[in-house]
Amino acid sequence: MGTGLNPSYFIGLSAALFAIGMYGALSKRNIISVLISIELMLCAVNINLVAFNKFLTPDAFLGQIFAIFIITVAAAEVGLGLALIIAISRRRETNNLDDLNWLRW
Amino acid sequence: MNIDFSLITTEIALAILGLAIFTLGLIIPRSARKGLGNIALLGLIIVLGIAVYSWPNQGETLGGMYIVDHFSSFFKIVGLVAAILVVFGFRRYVAANVGNYLEYYSTIVFATLGMIVMISAGDFITLYLGLELMTISFIVLVAFRSFDVKSLEAGIKYLLLAGMSSAVLLYGLSLVYGATGTILFAEVAQSIIDGSGGLLLIIGLVMLIAGLGFKVSAAPFHMWSPDVYEGAPTSVTAFLATGSKAASFAILIRVFVGSLTGIQEHWVMLVAVLAALSMLIGNLIAIPQTNIKRMLAYSSVAQAGYIMVGIVAASQSGVKGVMFYSFIYVFATMGAFTVVAAVYNKIKSDEIADYAGLAQRAPLAATVLLVCMLSMAGIPLLAGFVGKFYLFMAIVDGYMWLVLLGLIMSMVSVYYYLRVVLVMFRDDPVDPTPLKMETSVTITLLIALGVTVFLGIYPGPLSEIANTAAQSFFTP
Repeated sequence: MGTGLNPSYFIGLSAALFAIGMYGALSKRNIISVLISIELMLCAVNINLVAFNKFLTPDAFLGQIFAIFIITVAAAEVGLGLALIIAISRRRETNNLDDLNWLRW
Repeated sequence: MNIDFSLITTEIALAILGLAIFTLGLIIPRSARKGLGNIALLGLIIVLGIAVYSWPNQGETLGGMYIVDHFSSFFKIVGLVAAILVVFGFRRYVAANVGNYLEYYSTIVFATLGMIVMISAGDFITLYLGLELMTISFIVLVAFRSFDVKSLEAGIKYLLLAGMSSAVLLYGLSLVYGATGTILFAEVAQSIIDGSGGLLLIIGLVMLIAGLGFKVSAAPFHMWSPDVYEGAPTSVTAFLATGSKAASFAILIRVFVGSLTGIQEHWVMLVAVLAALSMLIGNLIAIPQTNIKRMLAYSSVAQAGYIMVGIVAASQSGVKGVMFYSFIYVFATMGAFTVVAAVYNKIKSDEIADYAGLAQRAPLAATVLLVCMLSMAGIPLLAGFVGKFYLFMAIVDGYMWLVLLGLIMSMVSVYYYLRVVLVMFRDDPVDPTPLKMETSVTITLLIALGVTVFLGIYPGPLSEIANTAAQSFFTP
């Protein structure tokens, strides 16, 4: 490789990103912020996959392909999430999780 | 790469069915859309026929990414049966409370397709795609009553928590990939035997348990299930409680018993603790519930605990127990939820107190609810007893504490199930007019009742089939 990089940098970066995303998803009260935090967690996964692919199986693009699938599915999920947010805000005029109390958490 | 299409006939048929329903719904006039349910039903029965017919087919296709064995065929049949009962038994409920939208039935078919792909997954990508196809379809279905804030709220809660759990699961998968350098289950198993492992694999393992534990709603990852079960249309709740759960157990077994056996000592205790927690929390919190859908949600958390016992065993008898229990669980749960939906259709309430005198108003519904609940509680001569017997027999040496806990918690569950029964049979109805059930509901109830009683008395044939299937899982 010759760049002096080793996998632990990437694992560290993705672990940090994952932890930030997890914290955001659990602490934020705005639905859109929670969605963004979940995206952050998925980005951490993608970094992991691409880095492992580079270091472990540089000939077979297993991690890269997996990452592309994750990006695609995540886009579908966010699209669905935004549709639901629009439907809710039309009825409740809110996008705050604390206001969603028709059911008990 | 050679693709053996004969192995994936069921999936192809199901995908065609889903697309056909969708296209047909767009072509026909709006008033004719209520017939889509019948087409979906017919199509699903044909697909079930194909799945049963292709039982002898075994093998791997797409370079090991797709595994077809008796184990996956068994769970496919379970999932398809659940889908058929959902489409058949809830027709009137859907027409009255959800609306005859063309998307409803095609989304049910696609959710079933997701389950079936996930059950047959041979690598992480197929697992993830099947899982997400199922989950996204279910989010749409949960939020289908878009005029009802409860349904929307349940949908967004399911979306956020499912998204989070998928992220955790994926992170776990990426770490397992990092530790072993492969994404195929079979190669992961081989690589662990060859000595790859270490911290990455263990962390990945824990995250896999958390992510998949969410899908089967095992405690402490069960928080979503009561809310989503209550807010979703009852038909979707029933499907979520049966099909989605059975498919998730199938993949849980595939990943842990099939692929991560080499580091069994690291996860068996964790799964055992999850099973114990699910039994405790599910059964204890079910006691004070006043809404029957919430109560059944907590009871399904407890059921997940019982089923996980079979994974703790990690043996052929354990896997057989899981398969047998999943099958009877589908019928018992479907029977209970069909009653809930049919009663809701008449009296517009899910509160247990409003079930007063149901035995006089709708004797068949009350009897089926009684039998299904007693079966879930594990009363002898009903199928649930046999299922629990197989599950707990598998771990009787080694995990005696779990067996004892399971027995105690089964007794606790009798208490809250019988509370409902008491309300139905002892109390006098406020309004004694009989509730007339539709033919489709009656037939579904009779099927659920018949299977639950029949398999309790004569479990031999199904047990034999489950045994063969479990055998094919261990010796491909």
